[in-house]
Amino acid sequence: MNASRNRISTQVVGALAALSLLAGAGGALAKDEVVMAVPTFLTGAGGAAFGIPGKNAVEIVVEAINAGTLPAPYNTKGFAGARVKAMIYDESGGNTKQVTEMRTRVQQDKVDLFAGFISSGTCSAVAPVAEELKVLTLLTVCGTPRVFEELDKDPKYVFRTLNTATASNVSLAHYVAQKMSKKNGYTGINQNYAWGQDSWRDFDLAMKVLAPHIKNTSTPQFPKLFSGQYGTEISALLRSPEEIVHASVWAGDLEALVLQGGARGLFQKKTFLFTVGDSGVYRLADKFPKGSLIGARGPYGIYAAPHLDGSPLNVWFQKTYRERFKEQPTQSAYQYAQGVLAAKYAYDKAMKANGGKFPSTDQVIAALKRAEFPTLSGTVKMAIGKGHQAITDDIWGGFIWDAKLNEPTVSDVIRFKAECVNPPDDVDSVEWIKGGMKGAKCS
Amino acid sequence: MQLAAVVLVDGLVYASYLFMVGVGLTVIFGVQRVLNVTHGAFFAFGAYMSATLIGLWYGADLPAFGGFLMILAAAVIVGVVLGVIIERGLLKFLYDRDEHIVVLATFAAFLVLEDVILLVWGHDPYYAFQPMQLLGSTRIAGLAFDNFNLSMIGISAALATGLWYALRRTTWGKMLRAVIFDREISRAMGINVTAVFLGTFIIGSMLAALGGAYLAPTISVQPGIGVEVIVLAFAVVVIGGMGSIPGALIGAIVVGISRAAAIHMLPQIELFVIYGIMAAVLIWRPEGLFAPVTARKI
Repeated sequence: MNASRNRISTQVVGALAALSLLAGAGGALAKDEVVMAVPTFLTGAGGAAFGIPGKNAVEIVVEAINAGTLPAPYNTKGFAGARVKAMIYDESGGNTKQVTEMRTRVQQDKVDLFAGFISSGTCSAVAPVAEELKVLTLLTVCGTPRVFEELDKDPKYVFRTLNTATASNVSLAHYVAQKMSKKNGYTGINQNYAWGQDSWRDFDLAMKVLAPHIKNTSTPQFPKLFSGQYGTEISALLRSPEEIVHASVWAGDLEALVLQGGARGLFQKKTFLFTVGDSGVYRLADKFPKGSLIGARGPYGIYAAPHLDGSPLNVWFQKTYRERFKEQPTQSAYQYAQGVLAAKYAYDKAMKANGGKFPSTDQVIAALKRAEFPTLSGTVKMAIGKGHQAITDDIWGGFIWDAKLNEPTVSDVIRFKAECVNPPDDVDSVEWIKGGMKGAKCS
Repeated sequence: MQLAAVVLVDGLVYASYLFMVGVGLTVIFGVQRVLNVTHGAFFAFGAYMSATLIGLWYGADLPAFGGFLMILAAAVIVGVVLGVIIERGLLKFLYDRDEHIVVLATFAAFLVLEDVILLVWGHDPYYAFQPMQLLGSTRIAGLAFDNFNLSMIGISAALATGLWYALRRTTWGKMLRAVIFDREISRAMGINVTAVFLGTFIIGSMLAALGGAYLAPTISVQPGIGVEVIVLAFAVVVIGGMGSIPGALIGAIVVGISRAAAIHMLPQIELFVIYGIMAAVLIWRPEGLFAPVTARKI
């Protein structure tokens, strides 16, 4: 009796051990649900411009994925057949809070992956933690190139599914060199933190390579993030001799600068290059300065308006988003949707490679590394950062108000190839620009 | 010469902004010894209310200059409603408690009010630029300055003068100073200390709301605007001396002009200026530049 009981206990323990081994291998058992944590700004100054459009996009894309109603090639249900549960939470509160949030979501809520993060500072803080926690993390919006160049040089679990800020600023310098070569110098106004500093550095370096005859002579402005008051900076810009102003300001800062600068005639004297102008252009509408250049960090937002991009995926997204939220999807909506689609692509591809069975995290990672997949507007190539950093085309154009459409649109648009505005794999972005952008394929 | 003139104008405009957001905080602290963190939320409510009323006013195609009345109305509505709710609903239970408890309680109230803003106005930004456009601009030292921002200098000067007059030349001011000096003796002399506290808190709340309401036309009113303000207000009040209205004024002018000079001549240190001045003042004179002399009870 005892021998029999012992044998049964041994079998039970053995079965449990086998199960836990399988689970430890990355959850390669059949799975009903994938829990995806989605950090985004739900409160605070980054909410309206970036956080809420991102949240909105995740809601409609996840709903469609679970229903299997997305256009091809994403017209199958779930992630590798498993229902997706999006756990959307607030990215506000600073880096320390976000690191704690990430640990809590992994250790208590047992999330399978993260898809989100807007702030460059937060991405820098959470990337090493995601590696330590061994949780698949897709960074969707943040732009600082330091993530894979300094902080997570040998990534396994962390990916970024859109360009770094380098691509935006190099493509902008190309645009200025081609279209504004007669302008008399450039200066800048950028928020004083990782995003603003990196953006100015990359643009300034790229201008020295691509348009060395256009000089920067006055010191650029670096106001405090979300300071909201730009009177003195506007005076300094009005006094500066340069005609071009590089501005990577976003959210309320972008809108306050436009309102306060407009009242003082700033935009009649200077041509502004707003690297994330798309995030504010729909709300400011005809108040946005005419002739300013608008960036969207890729072919998103204003560059993916229905009359500019008629692909089935994009048409579905534009129609669904506009009907549901009564507004136009801006760049952040596209970038969050792109992160979710990257996850779906990787899970589905990994399942195929796994003979139709639900894949382990390692298999999903292998599927996403160096992958190339279609998204709402254009193609994403996980080509740099050892296959963990995306590159996409980038687009620039000038703002015009389309009275017929009753919404903003762009003119004099130039599209730059991904391989033209991103450094080759394993090449530091600053060194690449300083070295004359060797290996760039622009033709 | 042109640079000096521009620095002076920019500095005074920014100083006016700092004074408007800081004076309510110092009034409340001076009388009630309450370090009121909800000040930032009052500012934000003032901005939202102002943007809403201005939107309704111009939406109804009413006379253009009436938009300025909406700014004033927003400050009064927010100051009275929130002032009464917070003072009667929260602070009256805490006057005898440790100051740290009061800070924590008002911080909690600030967080609640921030969420109330999201519930009432949502995440979308609000714009109320019409009053700013209405006033046009003036050229000073070769640069265009918008008259709306310049008008802040006048508003702040009027506020400072009005508060000084009210405190020094009116019966209410005498009662207030008596309460500041000793609550118990004031009560024994027949002063209704409860009413003085409520009145002071409402006025302080109105001043905070006026800061937000007046700035609303120059910014995008959206969640989170109160956070930055509370930090700035504390810095200015600490520099000038907690509870001192002349201190808040001088503190704002010192910071405003120093910051403007930094932005024009050495923009790299702009972020450092306000906190650098605050640190220097705290080392040299920890009670602030103009902190009122306080008697110590034995």
